[in-house]
Amino acid sequence: MTTAQPISAHKIVELNDVFRPSKSLGQEAWSRLIRNKASVFGMIIIGFFIFLAAFASVISPMDPLKLHGGKKFLPPPFDAGITNIKSEPEFLLGTDSLGRDVLSRTIYGARVSMVVGFLPTAIILLMGTTIGMLAGYVGGRVDNLLMRLTDVIYAFPDLLFFIIVMVSLRDTFIGQLMNGLILLFAALAIVNWVGVARLVRGQVLSLKQKEFVEAARCIGVKDSRIMFRHILPNSLGPLIVSAAFTIPGLIITEAILGYLGVGLRPSTDSTDFFITSWGALMLDGQTAINSQPYMLLTPAVCVALVVLAFTFLGDGLRDALDPRMRGTQ
Amino acid sequence: MTTYLIRRLFWLIPVIITVSAVTFIIMRSAPGGPWDTDAERRQVDAATAKSLAAYYGLDKPMWRQFYAYVIGDTNSQTKEYVCGMICGNLGPSYRQRGRTVQDILFAAPEGKTFWQSRFGYSIRLGVMALAMAVFIGIPIGIIAALKQNTIADYAALFIATSGISVPSFVLAIFLIIIFASRLHWVDIVVDDWTQIKYWFMPMIVLGFGTLAFTARLTRSAMLEVMRQDYVRTARAKGLAERAVVFIHMLKNALIPVITILGPALAGLVTGSFIIETMFSFPGMGRAYVQAIGQRDYSMIMGTTLVYALLVAVANLSVDIIYVFIDPRIRLEE
Repeated sequence: MTTAQPISAHKIVELNDVFRPSKSLGQEAWSRLIRNKASVFGMIIIGFFIFLAAFASVISPMDPLKLHGGKKFLPPPFDAGITNIKSEPEFLLGTDSLGRDVLSRTIYGARVSMVVGFLPTAIILLMGTTIGMLAGYVGGRVDNLLMRLTDVIYAFPDLLFFIIVMVSLRDTFIGQLMNGLILLFAALAIVNWVGVARLVRGQVLSLKQKEFVEAARCIGVKDSRIMFRHILPNSLGPLIVSAAFTIPGLIITEAILGYLGVGLRPSTDSTDFFITSWGALMLDGQTAINSQPYMLLTPAVCVALVVLAFTFLGDGLRDALDPRMRGTQ
Repeated sequence: MTTYLIRRLFWLIPVIITVSAVTFIIMRSAPGGPWDTDAERRQVDAATAKSLAAYYGLDKPMWRQFYAYVIGDTNSQTKEYVCGMICGNLGPSYRQRGRTVQDILFAAPEGKTFWQSRFGYSIRLGVMALAMAVFIGIPIGIIAALKQNTIADYAALFIATSGISVPSFVLAIFLIIIFASRLHWVDIVVDDWTQIKYWFMPMIVLGFGTLAFTARLTRSAMLEVMRQDYVRTARAKGLAERAVVFIHMLKNALIPVITILGPALAGLVTGSFIIETMFSFPGMGRAYVQAIGQRDYSMIMGTTLVYALLVAVANLSVDIIYVFIDPRIRLEE
């Protein structure tokens, strides 16, 4: 975003200050990150939604499953909308087609989006890093196999793959687990680990030629130790950035699948942890776009906010972890 | 060049076969057959189901069915040879009885042109959205780069960031609620898509993300080009600023933008199914979503293949366009 700025006086002093206690790379990156207003904003939003997801049962004003008879499609108190239905003050964002509180349901929906964002990403990182590192370090056949596999997976339009998997395996045993979430996680992970593996492989290929790896090899360090202690920490930066951009992609995917009716199955069992998702809420809300638009707007705004927050954080992380990349888009 | 192209075209074959194999396996591992999952219709009795399965070749082993789907096979009852996917036959739709998948996707209604078919509608919407993205996105990117770190630049970056991070269906929801539901500027349910005014909303929603991406790409390419020596030379020899910008800078800055046009169009056409559903647009995407709802497996599979082929061809177009517009790049023979 900024061009090469003239080095200001205090920076020169800082550079010369040899007695300054040295900071680790992580601390440096962190201090750069929290100077970036957009990413701090992003972190606050993400933190807020994680908080909502974790304490949904305490925060939500009402039971998200309770049907309020005769109070269907109530508009929120602040916006009577274009219908003649009288709003009630206790339903802050109105009620849905069955008379359930929209706000409470949206708060519970945060659980699915947060879990869908973070858990598959963890699996993807673990799988992708391990396989990518092996392919890059060992090379040869393993590497070739990985590259052919990535070619195939890249050829498949992601969203279509998710849809096909969710549609056809929904009624099987695995599709029933946790209202279909397990199947969703598996589908997301299968497609996305490849990108991480390619990224890590590229990193390993370039790092493997570096002097510090050669030095480690000279003093007889074992291969596994070189991979995990010398190469992995040096490729963490791009990995973290790619994770920050993977998470919003997964959240959008879940919302789209939910909207198509092939994502999480909304639950009616109050003992379930995952009751509904933002995508499923939007599917419900689509039918009432005139009478109760907040059924649609509330989850839509939440999706947009979370995704925007992660984009800001990802941009900030990229600048913070690799200062050379600063300003490039 | 020609050999390279031919090799790349041949590379499409294994890609398409793999995609169809994966789709085929997943679809066939769904529980239940095409006849018994249809709860709303009259149930098919066992004997009829058996003869139906025989007619459609569903009683054969899996590999044979896949072979029949891709290459073709002799129908066991009519003894006729039915060519498969390689002849453009995507098989019968399981729900819209009597129609084939390619018929639903590509055939126009009686007396209409190809552009009135489902595929034609989707392509037209995609092209319009792409045109909007290019003709608005590129100027925004150029202005942002030329006026770097001014209000104009920040405004452009704001559009770019929000366009990239707000998913298109969320944007669609906002626009529909504001303009259709509240302001009544446009109708929510449109039944006459021959009128061009109805196309604006879906076009804007579909193209906005690409517009933002184009603007961002143009801006960063321009920023890079601006610092090149040949631009300084052009200025030093006293060329008018306009000539420097349009002839010396743009020519190079637009190379990355032009190369992404193919994948962008493919992305718009394949990514439009939610937008098409929201606006009840009569395109391929909505047919796909309906097929998902009805669990019309052959239709889902056929549409997926068409989409995959589009994406593969679009990716190939990147390399070809590069060779044509950038003389510095020579593809290995």
